[in-house]
Amino acid sequence: MEEIRRIESQYLKDDIPEFQPGDSVKVHVKIKEGDKERIQIFQGAVLQRKGGGINESFTVRKVSAGIGVEKVFPLHSPNIAKIEVLRKGRVRRAKLFYLRGLKGKAARIAEKRVDLGDGKKAKAQ
Amino acid sequence: MTEEKKEEQKQASAPEEANASEEKQEPQTEKTEQTADAQDSGAAEAEKETAEAAADEQTAVEEEPAKEPADGAVEESEEPTEFPVKFIIGKKVGMGRIFADNGDMIPITYIEAGPCVVTQIKTADRDGYNAIQLAFGSKKEKLITKPIAGHLKKSGLETARYFREVRVEETEGVKLGQKVRVDLFNEGDIVHVTAVSKGLGFQGGVRRHGFGGGDKTHGQSDRLRAPGSIGQSSYPSRVFKGTRMAGRMGKDTVTVKNLRIVGVDTKRNYLMIRGAVPGKPNNFVKVRAAR
Repeated sequence: MEEIRRIESQYLKDDIPEFQPGDSVKVHVKIKEGDKERIQIFQGAVLQRKGGGINESFTVRKVSAGIGVEKVFPLHSPNIAKIEVLRKGRVRRAKLFYLRGLKGKAARIAEKRVDLGDGKKAKAQ
Repeated sequence: MTEEKKEEQKQASAPEEANASEEKQEPQTEKTEQTADAQDSGAAEAEKETAEAAADEQTAVEEEPAKEPADGAVEESEEPTEFPVKFIIGKKVGMGRIFADNGDMIPITYIEAGPCVVTQIKTADRDGYNAIQLAFGSKKEKLITKPIAGHLKKSGLETARYFREVRVEETEGVKLGQKVRVDLFNEGDIVHVTAVSKGLGFQGGVRRHGFGGGDKTHGQSDRLRAPGSIGQSSYPSRVFKGTRMAGRMGKDTVTVKNLRIVGVDTKRNYLMIRGAVPGKPNNFVKVRAAR
């Protein structure tokens, strides 16, 4: 199994930004229509990251026209052109499934603030 | 990981990279011809030189310095395997996945195949049929019986765990002690894989034969997974042989046909096969080219 991980590690992407559950992200997905290819953007909050190595995936949730939509993306898939982190979220658990039961104001995630040391706080980068 | 390094690693064994596989195969075929010549004249050095020259040539043409380690790996594995049939034995390592360039996820079974050693050559004159026996694996020294030790000695081996025979048309050109490696197979080959499936123990008819079971409702109490009728009445007054019932499931020899080889790792002696193969990791498997 060790060897398998080593073989597969050469297929891992190295340009994935750091992001965690609670963060807002824009996922650029390559979509093939016939012989044309275009990029579709899926924007929402990361509910979880799951698995490791080449098997790692993450779930993004957004509310579209009042209906909650979740998509699971394989992190290392070549179909994911880019992941943009828009906002770091302050959350207290690794799996944010409780968001599914909330809507509107209650479903917001507070933004992560970093202590600058002089009593002031700033947005996390 | 730097861009360059990633490129290099991909070149080393990426099966999906058309470039990489071309590069890998070309020097091999050239060496194959060369080996034949070299065996005639016994000039092993000449062979190495030309192989290197070929490698250099390609470096110049492709202008990819990253591919040199890839060639190095191929050269290390001695001569390319020449064998009358595409057959090898080995063990299952486990499963994983890789992504194809177009984004498809490909399920992969890794098989550690070989290096096998020819331990016996059977000929029609002496044995009534033509076949080659291959040995693979290792065992503790004290577990090797003296008869087996004597058998292994003829091909210069000290230990082996598995022996399997493969029928061939012609045994010519095969020598005792000759090694059979994964480079026998190429990316894109279609193979059959034979192995013993996982033993599942005593299982009921629903799992073992796909019976539908009974109703959960409509007044039923204990018929949910029952097999139903197993025959008729006073005639024949018995249950026919072979009637499907509960019993021991698994641990059968199963052949999965027409699996595609997605990659060959000559450094680790791994075959990467698309799809699943019977048994657990460390299970003994036979790989044969589909006809």
